[in-house]
Amino acid sequence: MTKPATAQSGTPSSDPPPGGDSPRGTSTGEPPNAESRRRGRSGKRIGDQIFSGTAVGAGVLILVTLAAVAAFLLYEGLPALVADPEELPGGEGFIAYVTPLLFGTVLAAVIALVVATPLAIGIALFISHYAPRRVAAGLGYLVDLLAAVPSVVYGLWGIFFLAPNIVPVYQWLEEYLGFIPFFAGPASATGRTMLTAGLVLAVMILPIMTAVNREVFLQTPRLQEEASLALGATRWEMIRMTVLPFGRSGIISGSMLGLGRALGETLAVAMVLSASDVITINLIDSVNSSTIAANIALDFPESSGLAVNALIATGLVLFALTFVVNFAARAVVARRRDFSGANA
Amino acid sequence: MTTITPPRAPVTSSLTSGVLPKWAPWAVVSGSLSVGLVGGLGLGLALPLSLVIGVLLVMVALPAVSWQVEGGRRAKDRFVTVLVSLAFALAMLPLLSLMITVTQNGIHRFDGTFLSSDMRGVLGEGGGALHAIVGTLMITGAAALISVPVGVMCAVYLVEYGKGRLARWVTLLVDVMTGIPSIVAGLFAFAFFAIFFGPSIRFGLGGAVALSVLMVPVVVRSVEEMLKLVPNELREASYALGVPKWRTVLRVVLRTAAPGIATGVTIAIARVIGETAPLLIITGSTTATNWNLFDGRMSSLPIFTYYSYSIPGARPEFGVERAWAAALTLFVIVMGLNLVARLISRFFSLPTSR
Repeated sequence: MTKPATAQSGTPSSDPPPGGDSPRGTSTGEPPNAESRRRGRSGKRIGDQIFSGTAVGAGVLILVTLAAVAAFLLYEGLPALVADPEELPGGEGFIAYVTPLLFGTVLAAVIALVVATPLAIGIALFISHYAPRRVAAGLGYLVDLLAAVPSVVYGLWGIFFLAPNIVPVYQWLEEYLGFIPFFAGPASATGRTMLTAGLVLAVMILPIMTAVNREVFLQTPRLQEEASLALGATRWEMIRMTVLPFGRSGIISGSMLGLGRALGETLAVAMVLSASDVITINLIDSVNSSTIAANIALDFPESSGLAVNALIATGLVLFALTFVVNFAARAVVARRRDFSGANA
Repeated sequence: MTTITPPRAPVTSSLTSGVLPKWAPWAVVSGSLSVGLVGGLGLGLALPLSLVIGVLLVMVALPAVSWQVEGGRRAKDRFVTVLVSLAFALAMLPLLSLMITVTQNGIHRFDGTFLSSDMRGVLGEGGGALHAIVGTLMITGAAALISVPVGVMCAVYLVEYGKGRLARWVTLLVDVMTGIPSIVAGLFAFAFFAIFFGPSIRFGLGGAVALSVLMVPVVVRSVEEMLKLVPNELREASYALGVPKWRTVLRVVLRTAAPGIATGVTIAIARVIGETAPLLIITGSTTATNWNLFDGRMSSLPIFTYYSYSIPGARPEFGVERAWAAALTLFVIVMGLNLVARLISRFFSLPTSR
C-alpha cells in the first residue's frame, strides 16, 4: 500500500521537498547541519554563532510565548478562581459562571462542525478531483478569500443579511420538525439564534477545513488512483476506494482544526447571537446560551475589579480547550506523516 | 473482407452505448433547473425556494436518466458529481452575498469625508474613520515589525538549524499557536501589561503585541515553506565558495526566498488587520486620532465598525451607515492585501520555486 506512494511521490520531490504542511524535509535539513557541525569543531565563526543563536532564540521564543500566555492568564485569572463565590458575577462561584458559557461555546462549534465537515469534503473533492485543472487553483483561492473576511464583517452580514432572511426557515423548522428538541421553538422573530451563529461559524471555518482536506486529497498516490480507474471504477468509486481512505486522518484533523477555530471565534458570535445566561438545546428560539469568547468581548469593556479576573479565567478555560483540540489535531497529522509515506 | 464488415457495427456501438453523450448531462441539468425555476416562480414561490426546487430536480433527474442509459454505478457517480459541485456552489453563496451586502450598504458613505475626518464631536450625520484607519495602520505596522523578524528567524531555525526534539516541539507548537483564539491573545496582552500598568491599561502597542501572538505562527509557517523550496544546490554552491553559513542563509537562502516571504508576510498582515477581539480588550476605542502607540486608547477599523454598530449614538441610522462604510474599507484593504500577495508571488517568484 505504501510502496507505490513512496516510489511515486518520493522521486519528483526528493530535491525541493513537497510544499504544503510537510515537516522539514530531510534533504534540506541534513547537509547544512553536517556543515555546521564541522564548522563548530573547527572553532570560531563568530557570525555563525550569533546568527544560529538568534535563530534558536526565535524558536525558543515561540515556546516561551505559549507558556507565557498560559502563565499570565492563570496569574490574572487566579483571583477569580479562589474568590468568594458571592463576589463573582452571578454570585454562585466560578464553575456555575463558566458552565453555561462552556456549553454554548461547544454547542455553537459543534453546529458549525456538523454543517461544515461534509461541505468542506465536497469542496475539497471538487477542487482536487472534479474541477478542470486549469481553474482549480483559482477556485481554491476563492474559498481562501472566505478566510480573509474579517470577523466583524461576518458579524454585520450575519445580523443584517443572514438573520432576517433565515427566519422563514426557522418557522418552517418549528412547524414541521418541532418534535425534535433542537427545533422546539418558538422560532425567533429576529433570527439571531444559536443556529444562525453556528451557520456563520460554519462559513468561517470552511476555508481551513477545505485547505487541509484538499491537501491530503491531492497527496493520494496517483498510481493507486489510476489503478482503480484502469480496473473500470467510476470516478466516485475511485474516490471512495483510494482518496477517502487515504485522506481519512486528514479529514479528521481538518475538522478538529475547524473545531478549534469555531470554539475561539469571538466577534461574529457576539454580534449575531442574542445571548442570555442559560443552558438550552433549543437552537431556533430567542433565548440562547452565550459563548466564552463572545461573553468576554461583550462584558470586558464595561467590567472592573473581580469581574475582569473572572473573564480572564474563562479565557483560560477557552485557551485550554482550544489548545487540547488543536494539539490533538496536529498530533493526528504528525503521526500520519510518519508512516503514510506521502511525504517521503 | 466480407466477414469483417458485419462485426464492425456492434463493436463501435458497444463502446458508446451505455454512455450518455457529453452534452446530455448539461442538457438535463439546465432543463431541470429551468423547470424548477419556472415552475416555482409560476406557482408564486420566492426565487431562492424555486432555485432549491430546481437543484433538487437536478439531483433526481440526472441520476435517473443516467440509471436508464448507463446503469446503477454510473448513476451513483453522476449523483456524487452533482453533490460535490453543489457543495462548491454553496460555499460561493456566502462569499458573493457578503461582497454584495457590504458593497451595497457601505458604498453610500464610502467617500472623501469618511476617509479624511475622525469622529471628534460628531453626534449625528457625517464623521469618518480617519482615526480608525490611522490606528489600524499603526497597530498592524507595529505588529508586523515585531512578528516578521521573529517569524523569519524562527523559520530559519526550523529549516536551516533545527534538529531533534526542540525543533519538533517548535514545529508542533507553532501549529498549535495558529489556533490560539484571537480573544485569548488579547487577554494575554492585557494580563501582561496590567501587571505593570494597572487594570485600566489601554494602549496601541498592547494591541500590536496581541496581534503579534496571532501573526508570528502564520509568518513562520509560510516562510518555512518558502525556505524549503530553495534548492539545496544553491546552499552547497555557496558553501563550496567558502561562504560561512550565516552569510549563506542571509544572502543566498533568504534572498532567493524573498518574494515568497513577502507574499507570506502580506497574507499574514491581511489575516490580522481585521482582528477585532484582541483590540477590543487592549486598545479600547476613541473618537480622536491618536498618533502615539505608547499612550492612550487607540481606535481601529474593526473596533470602529463594531462600536458604530453596537453603540450607534443618538441617530442610529448614521452610526450603522458608518459601520458599513468602515466594514467596506476594511474589506477593500484586506482584499487589496490578498491581491498584492498574489501579484508578488506571480511576478517575482523564482523559476526554481515551481
